[in-house]
Amino acid sequence: MLHVARLARLEIPEDQIEHVQAELGAILEAVGKVSELDLKGVEPTSHPLDLVNVWGEDEPRPSLSREDALANAPDPADGAFRVPAVGS
Amino acid sequence: MIDTLRLTAEDAAGLLERKEVSGEELTRAYMDAIDERDGELHAYLHVVGESGTGVPIAHKDLVTTKGIPTTAGSRILEGYIPVFDSTVAARCKEAGLPILGKTNMDEFAMGSSTENSAYGPSHNPWDPDRVPGGSSGGSAAAVAGGLAPWALGSDTGGSIKQPASLCGLVGLRPTYGTVSRYGIVAFASSLDQIGPITKTVRDCARLYEVIAGRDGCDSTTVDLPEPVQIPTAEDLQGIRIGIPKELNEAEGIEPGVSEQVQKAIALAEGLGAEVGETTLPRSVDYGLACYYLVAPAEASSNLARYDGVRYGHRAAGDGDLTALYERTRWEGFGAEPKRRILIGTYALSAGYYEAYYGQAQKVRTMIAQEHAAAFEQFDLLVSPTSPTVAFRIGEKAENPLAMYLSDLLTIPSNMAGLPGLSIPCGLSEDLPVGLQLIGPQFSENLLFRTGHALERALGFDFVPERLRHA
Amino acid sequence: MLEWEPVIGLEIHVQLKTRTKMFCRCENVWGEEENTRTCPICLAHPGTLPVANRTAIEWAIKLGLALGCEIAPRALFHRKHYFYPDLPKGYQISQYDVPLASGGRFVLPTAEGDREIGIVRAHLEEDAAKTIHVGGSAGRIAGAEYSLVDFNRGGTPLVEVVSEPDVRSPDEARRFLQLLRRTVVELEISDAEMEKGSLRCDANVSLREVGESGFRTKTELKNMNSFKFVADGITAELERQRDIYEGGGEVVQETLHYDPSTGSVAPLRSKEYADDYRYFPEPDLVPVEPPAGMVEAARAEIGELPGARIRRLEAEVGFDLAEGLVSGGRDRLFEEVPGDRRAVANVLMNQFAALSIDPAQVNAAELGKLIEARETLPRSTFAEALMATGDPDFRADSYLVEVAISDFDELDPVLDRVIAANEAQVTSFKAGKEGVLGYLVGQVMRETQGKANPKVVNERLREKLGA
Ligand SMILES: [Mg+2]
Ligand SMILES: [Zn+2]
Repeated sequence: MLHVARLARLEIPEDQIEHVQAELGAILEAVGKVSELDLKGVEPTSHPLDLVNVWGEDEPRPSLSREDALANAPDPADGAFRVPAVGS
Repeated sequence: MIDTLRLTAEDAAGLLERKEVSGEELTRAYMDAIDERDGELHAYLHVVGESGTGVPIAHKDLVTTKGIPTTAGSRILEGYIPVFDSTVAARCKEAGLPILGKTNMDEFAMGSSTENSAYGPSHNPWDPDRVPGGSSGGSAAAVAGGLAPWALGSDTGGSIKQPASLCGLVGLRPTYGTVSRYGIVAFASSLDQIGPITKTVRDCARLYEVIAGRDGCDSTTVDLPEPVQIPTAEDLQGIRIGIPKELNEAEGIEPGVSEQVQKAIALAEGLGAEVGETTLPRSVDYGLACYYLVAPAEASSNLARYDGVRYGHRAAGDGDLTALYERTRWEGFGAEPKRRILIGTYALSAGYYEAYYGQAQKVRTMIAQEHAAAFEQFDLLVSPTSPTVAFRIGEKAENPLAMYLSDLLTIPSNMAGLPGLSIPCGLSEDLPVGLQLIGPQFSENLLFRTGHALERALGFDFVPERLRHA
Repeated sequence: MLEWEPVIGLEIHVQLKTRTKMFCRCENVWGEEENTRTCPICLAHPGTLPVANRTAIEWAIKLGLALGCEIAPRALFHRKHYFYPDLPKGYQISQYDVPLASGGRFVLPTAEGDREIGIVRAHLEEDAAKTIHVGGSAGRIAGAEYSLVDFNRGGTPLVEVVSEPDVRSPDEARRFLQLLRRTVVELEISDAEMEKGSLRCDANVSLREVGESGFRTKTELKNMNSFKFVADGITAELERQRDIYEGGGEVVQETLHYDPSTGSVAPLRSKEYADDYRYFPEPDLVPVEPPAGMVEAARAEIGELPGARIRRLEAEVGFDLAEGLVSGGRDRLFEEVPGDRRAVANVLMNQFAALSIDPAQVNAAELGKLIEARETLPRSTFAEALMATGDPDFRADSYLVEVAISDFDELDPVLDRVIAANEAQVTSFKAGKEGVLGYLVGQVMRETQGKANPKVVNERLREKLGA
């Protein structure tokens, strides 16, 4: 589960790990019910509508001003979005 | 004096058209009502109070509105002010509907009570100790409490139909693909739909007409096969209504709820509908499990963008990028989104995909097939919307699995992308009971027609009893 | 001593030069100020949705066809998840199990016959944004204080071409990549410039003993941003792997980074957490079922492929010149310039190639005239004229008046002076040292300030020295 939390970039505080684990275990057991069904040969539905070939034409539309692009940025710097060093 | 509790959107439009009130006066009436009752109901997260030429509207706080804070009920979007409008907000704007405000919701639309809002719960106008349902609980509380003539909600597993039911209102979850999701803060992309929460079916049809139709910004939308018809008929001649056994006899349906639904069905028969039993053999049994895999999987993906880089909350403190991500996301998301992100990440991760997400997608096919089979004999299906009337705030908050059962009856048809209309059909324990009508894809006009005829015959009073003589 | 066989597969990212990005309609341009070509979609604001670029789909099909691939009757977009600041949604929209094009082969002509490189797939995806690392040493990740993200590039359409591990040497990798580059440039779907990053190449590298079946552990080599570095990087990695095996060790699967300044490879990131991309079908997009008309239109736009052209030109000028002309993009001009084939090819591949003139700007007929007259022109004049061929007003005639001195009356006094002044050289030439003649010609050229016709000088000298 810590691996999953890491994949999801969620840092579970030490003292909550047990609680979170128990809760997830119960939910996973409940949803695991789907495996009771034998659905060999059934096509998966990833989408409720049978649409294909929806696309847009290659014609530019105006972009945001840089001010608008950065308006919500927690840490704008030099016209860009600043983040801490990636680390190793 | 405008009685916002009783005024429907259609009434309000009439007043404006006949110039009996101005847009300013209309908005002022709702602002006064908000001042008076929102302290108790907490329906709104942000009050805007625009006025214009049309009937004002409240938007669920996941409807992106340019220049107006949009938080989706989450701490992680605190302070976020969009630089663009969602398509539905733009369409409402074009139709002249000014914004009253943004309504409270379960964080990222994950919940059935609005208790998962990072900004505190909303309260049910019928009984403020009880939840208004969720996740569109703020929108439902606003309309039922007379704080908005109509509102937009979103429905992924039942988030329009269930709060409409718990607050004595009409709610439409449209056919997947008929209303644009562009600018709707995403929860589960293959399930999310925007729809109206209103006092009457005619209001519902009118608002649906404003927002529906293909949008070039949403590749998953289509044009309506026929124009929206504002219903007038008062009979149900020739309409075949099926009662799926499993949706009407599920464990957990309160007897009082069942009783009101059965009375409404009998009334439908009296209006000329052909009523018969039908079955959805495994849809109800497996729908919930299927939903709680598909929705969290998509949510885990949709919520990956909240990383504190471009907008929203960013955790303080030192450390490298990974540490920043992990802290930002742990602090910014509430318990329910985090649960679902973890479940969804797990269901998609290497080695588990086939058993969980892959299998759930097949269950989805099976559910759609069962519904299609039922529609071979019936035009519409009927059931309670929610197994229970509004429950007490705090009653289910500690048990996520019990809370999930609130959507037991709305989930199966949602998984199949079908439209569903909830209309109030009576009271149980002095609280509203909702009737769910489910149709095939694009059958909104039939749902409106049926809902309207039943609404007339039922004569349900949508003003909460405790507010009637206030 | 064991004999080792390199097993190399390439993953090549080609940036398409569509007018707009892959999933939003921001302009797809290079070199603009940071974050001035972004919108809510490519910044991944809440609620935004992708809309696929029709032209990008058409071009990916075109490239797929040019690579001999099958075009999928129904292709899907998938989400590929990982966290990085240059990936605003937390996932990249890419293609997974059903790409637009798959199962192709690329014919790489060589002097010894055709080599076939299998093409696993060519799929469409979106590019990441640009991250600039600030502080630390020279913009490198290691030791940076912080990073700045510019989303202008984020969302540019990319076609990722994945080859089978059919490449057998670093040089073959380089030549494959160069010819693939020509292909996309001629299809007019990409600038494909490695320095600009519009063509990028990763290599999967492993070794096995000659005769060994199956594959050993491979490593993934990144950051080779020139054709030379691709060959050098793979060479360095092959050497590293050979040393490991010969020292009795095992190669571990990892991603490596080639450092051209030291010529060495080093691990790119920690492997603490293995990649788990959690692919699933993108629910915000619908499947692509390329209509027959779209595929046929794309097919009709594909002309003669560069590989075939090398074979055709080889008959006229030999393999090396033919490959050079085609890879260098000077083959069209070559075919238009009249005159002796080898002479034209040589000029184009030597003096002309060094001038970095856009071949498309050159008047072929005038260039032909110039090449034809090159032996009668002073060298300096020829060089000057060649340099001017990029000018649209270039006319060979204005240089041809400066015909080199070929007249014996004028040349003889100079030749006699040179013979008299270089007794030792004359003696050794007469003794059979052929090479000395060049020296003497050079002396004549110097005395005439390069204006003598070297061919005539050569012949006249031989006459005078009685050879
Ligand atoms: Mg790629
Ligand atoms: Zn954009």
